[in-house]
Amino acid sequence: MASLDRTARSFLLSELVGGFLLTLKYMFKPKVTVNYPYEKGPLSPRFRGEHALRRYPNGEERCIACKLCEAICPAQAITIEAEPRDDGSRRTTRYDIDMTKCIYCGFCQEACPVDAIVEGPNFEFSTETREELMYNKDKLLANGDRWEPMLAANLHADAPYR
Amino acid sequence: MTADLIHFFTHNWLGQAIVILAQCLAVTIPLLVAVAYMTYVDRKVWASIQLRRGPNVVGPFGLLQPLADGLKLLLKETIVPSSANGVLFIIAPMIAFMTALIAWAVVPFDDGWVIADINVGILYLFAISSLGVYGIIIAGWASNSKYAFLGALRSAAQMVSYEVSIGFVLITVLLCVGSLNLSKVVLAQSGWFFNWFWLPLLPMFVIFFVSALAETSRTPFDLPMSEAELVQGFQTEYSSMPFALFFLGEYANMILLSALCAVLFLGGWLSPIPYAPFTWVPGVVWFALKIAFLLFVFSWTKGTLPRYRYDQLMRLGWKVFLPVSLAWVVITAAVLQFGGWVPKL
Repeated sequence: MASLDRTARSFLLSELVGGFLLTLKYMFKPKVTVNYPYEKGPLSPRFRGEHALRRYPNGEERCIACKLCEAICPAQAITIEAEPRDDGSRRTTRYDIDMTKCIYCGFCQEACPVDAIVEGPNFEFSTETREELMYNKDKLLANGDRWEPMLAANLHADAPYR
Repeated sequence: MTADLIHFFTHNWLGQAIVILAQCLAVTIPLLVAVAYMTYVDRKVWASIQLRRGPNVVGPFGLLQPLADGLKLLLKETIVPSSANGVLFIIAPMIAFMTALIAWAVVPFDDGWVIADINVGILYLFAISSLGVYGIIIAGWASNSKYAFLGALRSAAQMVSYEVSIGFVLITVLLCVGSLNLSKVVLAQSGWFFNWFWLPLLPMFVIFFVSALAETSRTPFDLPMSEAELVQGFQTEYSSMPFALFFLGEYANMILLSALCAVLFLGGWLSPIPYAPFTWVPGVVWFALKIAFLLFVFSWTKGTLPRYRYDQLMRLGWKVFLPVSLAWVVITAAVLQFGGWVPKL
């Protein structure tokens, strides 16, 4: 009887028909695709995207050239040179990140004692040339100015867990 | 004046040539547009099955995607591998494309709408579809690449195997019709949709459809170009327009076999209900609808089934389809003979 059942099933293609009905059902289900670039998925406050150098509210740059980020960077993507400024405070004269080396581990922002270097929510910074990915201090500070509201909000949201 | 024109187009050789050329274009251009949009429908159907959206950026609903794809292929560089046999390498896609197109000469789109109303239509189709293998074998050999060669071998073996059962399916149909003329095949099915041959010859209909999948190497029978093992089979070394010709030929073949399936089993241009509001719809529309439905099932199958293993493919062809179709030929012949339904010639 069992063998008859099996034969009947295989001749009537019951499993095949079942599979086809399943895919037909799925064809009319709502799509799960996020329609990127027109809509975007949610990002965690901890999201590690494009780097930025932040400033204090009075416009003074936060970075004190301690070089902890340069030291901890596993990809050695960060290059810093520092000199005392005219007013005697210690500042960077050069702060470069090679974005083609960076592995977006976030160690630099972990290491930073003054929350100067951060990885922001921006992940859409593709370029047409390799050179454009060699970020210098100006570029990083500009990023900081551009993303500051979101950077501050993300740091605030993540602060209780740090 | 009018009489002169009619005489020019019916008796002058130049006029006749113009008429034939116009007929060919009238078939080929809609066919190529259909091929282009078949790729779009394919991608949309697979996307829906996988809960994706499919192409939706180029034009409204992504409707211009096929044109963009075509343009892209046209603008790419044609690469002929240095170890390939150049002449054959270029000729192969042309053969594949042309054999896919010339078969359309005998397909009836409506009553009398057929370029060549020949009495051996089925035989002609069968011969042409066998010729299509040459394009693929030549492509595989001329590429001088192991993947292409293995793909071509598989393709040849697969097509030969499934053409056998398709042959027997065709024989059952022509036993019931008593003619090899495709228009007569359609007319023999006139009446309600359950008079069409799909119901009386249901197992043959299924076998024909599955064999059509194998003939056009669509999933679950896409072994000739199984990406996971053979890169892209016989197409591995092709780029640009030669690749596009293979692609067009493949899809044109798919549409051809759907059309053949519609003619043999789904009553060609006949309307499903032979009464007034339905018979007002032109036959060519019914025919297109039937082809569209079958093509949808082609895409649906690709979205549903995984690929067969090679030995399973051969087992299905030789140990299941061949005996079943052979038996069905005998049964059909016997039923027609002893039931007194032998078609009058």
